[in-house]
Amino acid sequence: MKIHEYQARILFKKYGIPVPEGFVCHSVDEVKQKVSDDDKLRVIKAQVHVGGRGKAGGVKLANTKAETIEKAEQILGMDIKGLTVDKILVADAVDIEKEFYVGLINDRNSKSVTLMVSAEGGVEIEEVAKVSPEKIIKMPIDPTMGLMDWQARKIALKLFSDPKEVRQAAAILVKLYQLYVDTDASLAEINPLVLTPDKRVLAIDGKMNFDDNALYRQPEILAMREVSDDEKKEIEANAKGLSYIKLDGNIGCMVNGAGLAMATMDMIKLYGGEPANFLDIGGSSNPEKVVEAMNILLSDKNVEAVMINIFGGITRCDDVARGLVVALDKIKTDIPIVIRLSGTNAKEGLEIIRETGLPTVETMSEAAKTAIELSKK
Amino acid sequence: MSILINKDTKVIVQGITGRDGAFHASKMKAYGTNIVGGISPGKGGMEVEGVPVFNTVEDAVKATGANASVIFVPAPFAGDAILEASFAGVGLVVCITEGVPVQDMIKVTPVLKQNNTKLIGANCPGLITVDECLIGILPGMIFKKGNVGLISRSGTLTYEVVNMLTESGLGQTTCVGIGGDSVSGLYFIDLLEMYENDPETKAVVLIGEIGGDAEEQAARFIKEKMTKPVVAFIAGQSAPPGKRMGHAGAIISSGSGTAAEKIKAFNEAGVPVAKEPSEIPGLVKGKLGM
Repeated sequence: MKIHEYQARILFKKYGIPVPEGFVCHSVDEVKQKVSDDDKLRVIKAQVHVGGRGKAGGVKLANTKAETIEKAEQILGMDIKGLTVDKILVADAVDIEKEFYVGLINDRNSKSVTLMVSAEGGVEIEEVAKVSPEKIIKMPIDPTMGLMDWQARKIALKLFSDPKEVRQAAAILVKLYQLYVDTDASLAEINPLVLTPDKRVLAIDGKMNFDDNALYRQPEILAMREVSDDEKKEIEANAKGLSYIKLDGNIGCMVNGAGLAMATMDMIKLYGGEPANFLDIGGSSNPEKVVEAMNILLSDKNVEAVMINIFGGITRCDDVARGLVVALDKIKTDIPIVIRLSGTNAKEGLEIIRETGLPTVETMSEAAKTAIELSKK
Repeated sequence: MSILINKDTKVIVQGITGRDGAFHASKMKAYGTNIVGGISPGKGGMEVEGVPVFNTVEDAVKATGANASVIFVPAPFAGDAILEASFAGVGLVVCITEGVPVQDMIKVTPVLKQNNTKLIGANCPGLITVDECLIGILPGMIFKKGNVGLISRSGTLTYEVVNMLTESGLGQTTCVGIGGDSVSGLYFIDLLEMYENDPETKAVVLIGEIGGDAEEQAARFIKEKMTKPVVAFIAGQSAPPGKRMGHAGAIISSGSGTAAEKIKAFNEAGVPVAKEPSEIPGLVKGKLGM
């Protein structure tokens, strides 16, 4: 789960990580009310769940209140990579002497939370990682000890030399780690962390993602969730034990198991088609679940043919077939469907499907080819 | 010979009184797995599927000499179940549970190391040494005894491939579903090393997925350390980019975990990568000179 920068700032403040003054606004009127009359440099930032907003014109500077309002008008309602900006962060702009990158992530290789810092802060950190990975310092953190003060100092010393700056930076690292583990985060970035001319260390931009599997124990984080229309479908599907991701193609697919679902999409593409979605119905053969899955799949108007690919292991194919028959009877769609069942009780399953007159095939390759042909009719 | 488990493996089931635990305990038993006990706190003394139930893993190990455990408890308690098994001295822990928080897995990692516990999963289908021992939720009847080892991050895709191998006459030694979570127990390279040392295994099939760099590491390991042939398949070649974890995700893996990068790494290691699962048996036969 992602949150916005303004929400990350709320968490930063709660943990004592210094951020410049600022507030979120949902309308120009709100900007007019909240911005003080004095002239000072402010930054207006679009709050959208997508990277590269600066390059897209979603971040602007303003010197006066009038200018702030003008810039807010420009950004609110703006489209950034398909997302409409419906809220902005208005914050005091600070003078910057130096910029740094700070990140925490769950690292699959060291199987730990790993701290990463770089003196090459700013937006191009991925470029730094590619071109000169040695400029990124990484440190895995022992989960039983947490980030110890001396470790934080050691890392801070790689970025700063003045003892006062080192102390500020080390404290920020320790606090960020605490926030990270307390909230079951999967990513926490301060980019950039800045040093001001008056020698303050501040978090100028923050980004946090959270582990979906841990949201059950993070009510405060869950309350921050904002979902787009595409995500709504995905979350709705999740609640029903389905995993759905909408794509741009025209061949809908319904598969049991994530790996097999990906392989099915690959197969469609290999034979010249475009998958409309990723849809994993999981291990259950409950007809209700199949009905839900078909409903979600067919609500996508781009779908011109459906390929159902089930490998029956513990989920028996005859159970799946009965579910399909019930589901298809309820939905009564004109969209052509091809069904491929294999594994446990496949024969019985295929028999049940054949009685309904739907096309059935034996292999994945045949199913993909048939679905593509059907979509062209 | 085989890897990790065989006919002498004594298995306990954590969460045996739950619906899934009881169902799969009976399936494993029917396959021939030596299920010696189950754990359900407060229900010690009961019997489920003809298996004695204990209150703690420690009690079960003392009474039965169990050396492997399979976990079916709900996600919020799975991390603790792994810890309990590890501290009770169980050598191999297989966690089937899906949806375990990553922080819980990170917390168990140093304990596993300290107690010398091998973990498979979480969020995995388990493993099988054909005709000897099945631990997890794999459908036993699709496997056939033979000389191919198989490791996979997937569940049903594994069954699909196993079915194809079996139908083409290629039997298996041990097949392991390592699970798809970002932080989990044994990885590809841990298992490749075991297959390399297992005299019975003549070739290995590796089924990877997009994301992370476990496949790239496996490719490096194969190139440097393995004498046995490996055939690979990567699921998710058509998946669009964008489902990833911001800047840091790309940085930590020193790459973006795309199928193209993984295929390139395998090709450089002399590992053929199947374009679709049905090509796998042919590639294996080619490598074995069959």
